[in-house]
Amino acid sequence: MKSVIVKNLLGLRNWIDARFPLMQLWNEHVGQYYAPKNFNFWYYFGVLALVVLVIQILTGIWLVMSYKPDANFAFASVEYMMRDVEWGWLIRYMHSTGASFFFIVIYLHMFRGIMYGSYQKPRELLWILGMCLYLALMAEAFFGYLLPWGQMSYWGAQVIISLFGAIPFVGETLSLWIRGDYVVSDITLNRFFAFHVIALPFAIAGLVVLHILALHHVGSNNPDGIDIKANKNAQGNPVDGIPFHPYYTTKDAPAVVALLILMAVVIFFAPEMGGYFLEHNNFVPADPLKTPEHIAPVWYFTPFYSILRANTINFFMVPAKLWGVIFMGLGTMVFFLLPWLDKGKVRSIRYRGWIYKTALGLFVVSFLILGYLGLLPPTPARTALAQVCTVIYFLFFLLMPFYTKWDKTKPVPERVT
Amino acid sequence: MSSDSIDMERRQFLTGTATVLGGVGASVAAIPFVSTFQPSARAKAIGAPVEANIDQIEPGQRVTYKWRGKPVWIVRRTEEQLKALEDSTAVLADPESAKSIQPVFAENSWRSLNREYLVLVGICTHLGCSPSFRPLLSDEIMGSDWQGGFYCPCHGSKFDLSGRVYAGVPAPTNMDVPPYKFLTDTRILIGESEEAGS
Amino acid sequence: MVKIISYLGLIVWAQLSMSAEGGTKLMQANVDIANTVSLQNGAKLFINYCVSCHSAEYMRYNRMAKDLGLSDDMVKKNLMFASDKIGDTMTIAMRPDDAEQWFGVRPPDLSVIARSKGVDYLYSFLNGFYVDSSRPTGVNNHYYPNTAMPHVLWELQGFRDNHGDAYQTSSDGEMTPVQYQQATRDLVAFLDYVGEPAKLVRYKIGFWVIAFLLVLFLVACMVKKEYWKDVH
Repeated sequence: MKSVIVKNLLGLRNWIDARFPLMQLWNEHVGQYYAPKNFNFWYYFGVLALVVLVIQILTGIWLVMSYKPDANFAFASVEYMMRDVEWGWLIRYMHSTGASFFFIVIYLHMFRGIMYGSYQKPRELLWILGMCLYLALMAEAFFGYLLPWGQMSYWGAQVIISLFGAIPFVGETLSLWIRGDYVVSDITLNRFFAFHVIALPFAIAGLVVLHILALHHVGSNNPDGIDIKANKNAQGNPVDGIPFHPYYTTKDAPAVVALLILMAVVIFFAPEMGGYFLEHNNFVPADPLKTPEHIAPVWYFTPFYSILRANTINFFMVPAKLWGVIFMGLGTMVFFLLPWLDKGKVRSIRYRGWIYKTALGLFVVSFLILGYLGLLPPTPARTALAQVCTVIYFLFFLLMPFYTKWDKTKPVPERVT
Repeated sequence: MSSDSIDMERRQFLTGTATVLGGVGASVAAIPFVSTFQPSARAKAIGAPVEANIDQIEPGQRVTYKWRGKPVWIVRRTEEQLKALEDSTAVLADPESAKSIQPVFAENSWRSLNREYLVLVGICTHLGCSPSFRPLLSDEIMGSDWQGGFYCPCHGSKFDLSGRVYAGVPAPTNMDVPPYKFLTDTRILIGESEEAGS
Repeated sequence: MVKIISYLGLIVWAQLSMSAEGGTKLMQANVDIANTVSLQNGAKLFINYCVSCHSAEYMRYNRMAKDLGLSDDMVKKNLMFASDKIGDTMTIAMRPDDAEQWFGVRPPDLSVIARSKGVDYLYSFLNGFYVDSSRPTGVNNHYYPNTAMPHVLWELQGFRDNHGDAYQTSSDGEMTPVQYQQATRDLVAFLDYVGEPAKLVRYKIGFWVIAFLLVLFLVACMVKKEYWKDVH
């Protein structure tokens, strides 16, 4: 009986394969895709990001079945989901938790890229596509956050859109154009809904395909930063490589389950995460006439928010507010330049010297401090610290062409360790 | 290279177990998603049973209530009209209500709990129009044989005063009788009956 | 070296943590929403004292009945004054414009107040009223200065004068201070439940989900180890 089923399935596979490059794609990207055998913990986050993306899309589709993108009904429709729809509360929590987890996973994924020099030649385009994905993700999160139409949704959008007003000459017109109205209103809500549900998910899906194609075209990097294709065996396969299936499929599976466990802990035991994943003030319906005392973006934007607020001085006739916008923008865009700022002779941090390690360490610490400060209301002491950290943050990039050249690297091995 | 040979049995067993467990997990995870499709509490509240007062209805009069978006008629039938129900069996397609939808207590010629009061979903079983009320025996328009009933203007279907469909008209079955029960002598609850599974 | 850094770190931390805003320290509510009797008592208080002005427009009567172990009949007879259908939500008859005229502000809907303000704040607020003749309601509140809300529960608590940090009873209520605290605890527990009815079930479900996932994790690890025997 079993062999009959297997025979028929194989027959179906062959029928498809004669008409569609099924086996070719499978072999090229999974079955015969040789990846370095020394992937470590930092290499899980690509697959985990894909898993979270799928979760967001599935739960997102289900949420849209009940959500109403109308300023009069949006808040109520979310509570409708939480109470009246069978299991609606679970789907809502999966989506809100997934949003925060997406950023945790992506920041770790990006950090891996920095640590192991995965942005270096020939992976510059891979890095650029990844950065485009990061920007798309930030936009997706920003548009999505308006949808519940709570106080934080409304005023967060109001503040960020008004930042565009700081741009000279075109600023006010630009803000008006983005909002579609003189203040954030039902019109803004409807168009943000279109961006969040349709436009950006398509863009993200497309970029993910390009990102993986770019990766597979050159092959994966590894924690030692060496090129495994330099050493091939008689069959033409890298000696330090192993086929993705079954080795990395079986290795990634428990990691996916571990991610699900962590998400389940949050979803079922602490969905609000102390007000960081679901902000307390967002349970108050949006009130255009009442500005909350403390407007802060969601935690994953706080490093850049800190940079924005750190700019308090009017330099060269440019108001501080505009400097803040400029540096906040530069703070995200500067990552694009990494492949060309890094003049190092090695890829991986394992073989870099103390200068580079110190620089990276300072960068990470300042990024984390900026993130923490962004959660709090400003005080003179906090602003001063944010300014120091902002300087360190940018110096990491600006001085990189120099310290990566001066850095005394260690000899890189021939084979992976 | 390793000198151990691959233990295929162990591999297949473990892979099989993992696959089965994963499949179980995925199926259970699908349950909430599928369940969200069920009527929500709001839908159930909107579709909740409706109370109807019948003490103001004159003999021969029809009143209309709304239940689950549909018109529900309550008709207070006269003795004459009730008698006509017995006589009209010959022209009907399904006088015993074998093919139509009604609670068990309505599987008879008067199709109601209380013979005097008919409770009927006012929608023609052909294509969903709402028929007009023609209670008079021997109606001018309906003809001298008319025993009273309902006439659907859309495609000409005819029903008697129990909502039973005439033979030879487009409508295939008798009109639906909704589940209902008497709360008191003068109050009916439309949407809920005493029978199990109502 | 490490010591210096730790001291510096502590000083920096202290500086950063100092709140820029003031704020009275809140009382601890210590609610237990697993205690159904507490929730039932809270429901009774809520319907009797709050629903005349405050709606809970996302909370359905029949949902409350089911979750609190009350029969539909019991709820209809004792806990429904503003609606007649058990499937209705807890709306109020007072028109928003009237409310603004009478109180200066619309009494907010309380469906998710426990999620935005927190149970400790609500508990403190209900326990924080004191006599203040300068206010139109004759009372003020320690935790929300110049609130427009009257001391609705005055029958139960009585009135108090505010003397700095201490209260002094100016007139007794029906309940002793301990009874009043328990009553407000029940009311806040009920509001906590109303804020998120799913909270009653999600811990239990979560336990089983995570237990299953742990088993799946172990099996998946075993599969990985088995296949990776090939790799050296």
